[in-house]
Amino acid sequence: MTELDRVFRKEHGRAVAVLVRLLGDIELAEEAVQDAWAVAAEQWPRTGPPPSPAGWIITTARNRAIDRHRRESRRAELHGERERLRPPTPEPPLEEGAMRDDELRLIFTCCHPALSTEAQVALTLRLLGGLTTPEIARAFLVPEATMAQRLARAKAKIRAATIPYRVPDADELPDRLGAVLAVVYLVFNEGHTASEGDALVRAELCSEAIRLGRLLAELMPDEPEVLGLLALMLLTDARRGARSGGELVPLAEQDRGLWDRALIEEGQALVRRCLRLGRPGPLQLQAAINAVHSDAPDTAGTDWRQIGALYDQLLALQPSPIVALNRAVALAELEGPGAALASLDGLALEGHHRLHVVRADLLRRLGRRDEAAAALRLAIAGAANRVERAYLERRLEAL
Amino acid sequence: MTRYLLSVYQPYGEGPPPENLEQIMADTRAVDEEMKAAGVWVFAGGLHPPDTASVVRDDLVTDGPFIEAKEHLGGFTVIDAPDLDAALEWARRTSRATTLPIEVRPFQ
Repeated sequence: MTELDRVFRKEHGRAVAVLVRLLGDIELAEEAVQDAWAVAAEQWPRTGPPPSPAGWIITTARNRAIDRHRRESRRAELHGERERLRPPTPEPPLEEGAMRDDELRLIFTCCHPALSTEAQVALTLRLLGGLTTPEIARAFLVPEATMAQRLARAKAKIRAATIPYRVPDADELPDRLGAVLAVVYLVFNEGHTASEGDALVRAELCSEAIRLGRLLAELMPDEPEVLGLLALMLLTDARRGARSGGELVPLAEQDRGLWDRALIEEGQALVRRCLRLGRPGPLQLQAAINAVHSDAPDTAGTDWRQIGALYDQLLALQPSPIVALNRAVALAELEGPGAALASLDGLALEGHHRLHVVRADLLRRLGRRDEAAAALRLAIAGAANRVERAYLERRLEAL
Repeated sequence: MTRYLLSVYQPYGEGPPPENLEQIMADTRAVDEEMKAAGVWVFAGGLHPPDTASVVRDDLVTDGPFIEAKEHLGGFTVIDAPDLDAALEWARRTSRATTLPIEVRPFQ
């Protein structure tokens, strides 16, 4: 990555956010910022980057927008057309607090509930992450034209329906923040779990999700779920080295020496910080469960009592069958596979392959081999992911 | 200001029982009054059922609604609001009053 690429990743979202406020239009802001990066690509290799790259990009983009506005209003005057642009405000306030507010506004506009989740994800990656349309298309395995259309439609809706550029009020913040966190976590999971597609683009998604998570934590340091999400992503990403290599390696079989200790420590510190705020939420609890796993030398040395208690809390907050399924895994360690198996009865998860994976393992531990094999076959039939299917087939052979 | 159309969609067939209907009418009128007091109200109206509709194309007149569907447009309100969030809030109140889904669309 060149110096310019690094600055681009870091500052692009902020520059777009400020320009959207100055110009009142996303498309025009993108054009202006793109112009500015083109100038930077031409000038910086000769002059070196300026002392404040973000400030330079924003000022240059604004000047470009003013030039464009002059040209267009002259043309509009000649042709008697209505002006497309409103004149940019004279001096962009580049004060730190104002820029942060703009970034927050842009995040909440990209993740507005009146846009489809797919559109929210695409807009967030495009505007805040600076990913190109082809990059986003490759990451989500859709044709480039489809992704281009998705982005264009979303921007057209923002303009036509006047989706506001503002931070939600305190009373609507929990709902609206939930949508933002869901988008970032979806980007992370897309990069983390899927095995198809371009591996490099996928790694890029994980690091972009973490970058967005860090940005949110910086912008909203008192929102515990924001910290919880960042911690959850860091603790999950810390295990990347132990689970890659084209094969699925479950937690119990991972070489824990390959875990990234620096990421774990950062994640655990965040877990402690958000728990101190005393407003537990689903993301914080999931992060806390991962933090307990990160502390353990192996499965036997894991504090299952604490994990079980955290799952009980999570289930109370979020009574979903998936949470109940994960809780059963902890229950097997605490009260044995029989109790865990009984807890799965009546879960509305028929047809979900994870249920069969967990059941197969519990049945195997109870010595009920035929039933375990039948459950594994159901799991294999239901698994969409090639790598996971291969892993389950090996398990079936080993029974 | 953006002008929005709030469309009320209702299922075909019988409406709510009379005792509920009275409440719904009262609540809907109350939201209308709130809109007028807030200065956002432009126009509103309820429609007769779709089997009272006629379709005209050029010189040809035919009976019936243009689109046959399980739900139909039962009425609408036109409002002027500063942005979509404000329009959605009025739609939320209208939906609660009518107990029906509301589609929000901006005018050109």
